[in-house]
Amino acid sequence: MIRLIALRILEMIPILWIIVTLVFFTIRLAPGGPFDAERNVSPEVLESLNAYYHLDAPLYRQYLDYMRDLVHGDLGPSFKNASWSVNELIALGSPVSFELGIYALAVALLIGLTAGIIASMKPNTAQDHIPMSLAMLGICVPTFVLGPLLALVFSLWLGWLPVAGWEGPQHKILPSMTLGAAYAAYIARLTRGGMLEILAQDFIRTARAKGLSRARVVLRHALRGGLQPVVSFLGPAVAGLLTGSFVVETIFQIPGLGRFFVQAAFNRDYTMIMGMVLFYAVLILCFNLAVDVIQAWLDPRLRRQG
Amino acid sequence: MDGVDKSVWDHGQALVWAVLALLGLVALIGCVARDEQALRVGNGTEPQGLDPHTVSGVPEHRLTSTLFEGLVDLDCETLRPIPAVAESWSVSEDGTVYTFHLRPNASWSNGDPVTAQDFTYAWQRILTPALGSEYAYMLHCMKNAKDFNEGRIRDFGQVGVKAIDDHTIEVELEHPTPYFLSMQNHWTWFPVHRATIERFGRMDERNTKWTRPGNLVGNGAFVLKRWIPNNVIEVVKNEQYWNAANVRLNRILFYPTDNLLTEEHSFRTGLLHLTENVPITKVPVYRRDHPDVLQIDPYLGTYFYRINVTRAPFTDVRVRRAFAMAVDREAITRNVVMGGQRPAGTFTVPDTAGYTCDTGIDYDVEQARRLLAEAGYPEGLGLPPVELLYNTSENHKLIAEAIQQMWKRDLNVEVSLVNQDWKVYLASQKNLDYQIARASWIGDYLDPNTFLECFLTGGGHNNTGWSNKAYDDLLAEAARTADQRRRFDLMRRAEGILLGDAPIIPIFYYTRVYLKSPAVKGWHGNLLGYISFKTLYLEEPGT
Repeated sequence: MIRLIALRILEMIPILWIIVTLVFFTIRLAPGGPFDAERNVSPEVLESLNAYYHLDAPLYRQYLDYMRDLVHGDLGPSFKNASWSVNELIALGSPVSFELGIYALAVALLIGLTAGIIASMKPNTAQDHIPMSLAMLGICVPTFVLGPLLALVFSLWLGWLPVAGWEGPQHKILPSMTLGAAYAAYIARLTRGGMLEILAQDFIRTARAKGLSRARVVLRHALRGGLQPVVSFLGPAVAGLLTGSFVVETIFQIPGLGRFFVQAAFNRDYTMIMGMVLFYAVLILCFNLAVDVIQAWLDPRLRRQG
Repeated sequence: MDGVDKSVWDHGQALVWAVLALLGLVALIGCVARDEQALRVGNGTEPQGLDPHTVSGVPEHRLTSTLFEGLVDLDCETLRPIPAVAESWSVSEDGTVYTFHLRPNASWSNGDPVTAQDFTYAWQRILTPALGSEYAYMLHCMKNAKDFNEGRIRDFGQVGVKAIDDHTIEVELEHPTPYFLSMQNHWTWFPVHRATIERFGRMDERNTKWTRPGNLVGNGAFVLKRWIPNNVIEVVKNEQYWNAANVRLNRILFYPTDNLLTEEHSFRTGLLHLTENVPITKVPVYRRDHPDVLQIDPYLGTYFYRINVTRAPFTDVRVRRAFAMAVDREAITRNVVMGGQRPAGTFTVPDTAGYTCDTGIDYDVEQARRLLAEAGYPEGLGLPPVELLYNTSENHKLIAEAIQQMWKRDLNVEVSLVNQDWKVYLASQKNLDYQIARASWIGDYLDPNTFLECFLTGGGHNNTGWSNKAYDDLLAEAARTADQRRRFDLMRRAEGILLGDAPIIPIFYYTRVYLKSPAVKGWHGNLLGYISFKTLYLEEPGT
């Protein structure tokens, strides 16, 4: 098992190298540069700016310099948020996005698992149809509709919660609900599907035959297997949740990573884009690894293969 | 079984208590009295930085003008120069030498006195080529400043600024520049604290840590307390400020508000006193239901279309004029933009420091059709395909569609619309890779020159390929002219040439549309959109 994990970590290095290299060259192909503005800067100024950010060197040189700094863990200065380095901005934004992501995940699991299990216990009855229709609705309503809708009801009409900001606990409720809702809906559907499949199997019948209560069978015996699809969905989902959502962060004015990333793309903030892509890539690779490990633990068959 | 149920119940109870505690906390935070004189401002976007020598843009101007102060400030109501760090000044007969007398009690936020040398140091810094300051050209009116900035002169001693003593500065200008004083509240002219700059890097080094909270030493009415990118920038009253006794705000919180809807919601729920914008669709609602908070100020800016004069069919001035004349500007301001904007027949906003161009482009379908026929395209027949480019935005799209229809209706020409992402659009304009492109220009200072210099031959934001010697000569002569009336006459003639040649199609003059809480007092909207935070204060209704 440990060998497997070590091997997988080693595999990440070439993958990351390919990602960094591809992004490094492709972002420079996009028309428009970081210093293009409404008012064209004079050639002298452009020259100094290019020199400052080492954009005057030949491309291969820039690439080698970037890789050298990267090996030392230095992602360079941001072009747009010029007073801050990319490392600092990621360090500032990621805890915020992580926090939001964890709350949203909690919301998603709490609602999704509950709804999915309840639905699977009496398939094709009202107990199934009602939560599943709500889940369908949750998948269909995009966050950019749900967010303002929740803000309208809970902030503008009821006046219970603030519409924007990221300070006290009261600021965190609406964004977590908004971000969690869509994931909750997916989780509910996956849970129901997984549970139905497991509940139809022989060992469940055996457990029932032994006289165990329905609740005990579902929670102790079926859940472990029924959650398989949810777990494989959670890997990329958690990475997505933790790295921030541009939409939710923009709607609620949250200083997280998602907003930095999209702003960076619009501003041709090369170093910031690179830093963010790298950060995302590492997170996603790590979560995929974590999922594989958890799945092996949940399913003895996979463990033996590994 | 019993035991399991009990523990579930215990957990349930704990959960209920946790929720109650959370709600209590929320209520408690909600009830904490709003602290006195803390102004909360929606500031558009996250600023590029706080170093007055390397920033550009409106959000940065707001912030830097709370943290720094120039020699002369502007009165928000009249836009006339008023004393700031300089308590008085005199101008030579020919208008080219200004002598400023600094007030002895002006000091930096760390207690150091503000001296004449702080200004010469700052101006040398911004003009130093290696710093690469995008806005350094604002100082080019000083003698030899342009040559120093562009590296032709290495000795700053030759630039027209001298510290006569600690409290006297003499500035020699290239030409009489009637707007020189009113430019002084622009961030590019602000002094910086030498010891602080050099503690964190070289004089000509960008983006050092000197602008961080705790490091930044300024001479403005406020000091930097907190800066969390994409979240908030907080400034608090500077007790060392020479006029601190008359500054009434204790704190200002600037929020980056890039989502218009959220900004409006924040205003409605009392999180903001001032917004940067209002969603266009909300303007009629506010106009009807809450006219007391909706603010519409004329703004020193023009929304216009550029025409690439190097591409057929727009190489022909008659075609350009025909297109320019077939725009019903009234209909656009009345039915499309609806924020109190005025239709624009000229490029320079009327009554800019007393200047108004009397010849303009009018909506004249007959004349437009005739010109198009003369150019060889009667009824629009035979005209090569025409594309109109704008940067992706709902508002630009609406305007472009309206104008597309007008050209179809009045000239019988088909124009296709193309939108591009901001940076791509900028590159297309710069490379003259377009036929007609949306554009806007916001004046930097209160003088027609800030508009007209855009279209000098090879000017940094000409971007049309248009060049006219008579135009260049008239503006050069205006620059040498001290007499304001004669100067404006020359500029009027120049603008007449520009509008007659029509490398641009003016559409409307901007307004600044925003929301302001009635609690904000001492407020004067103005053409420059300049906010002097040192004279504002809050007075909650009923207190």
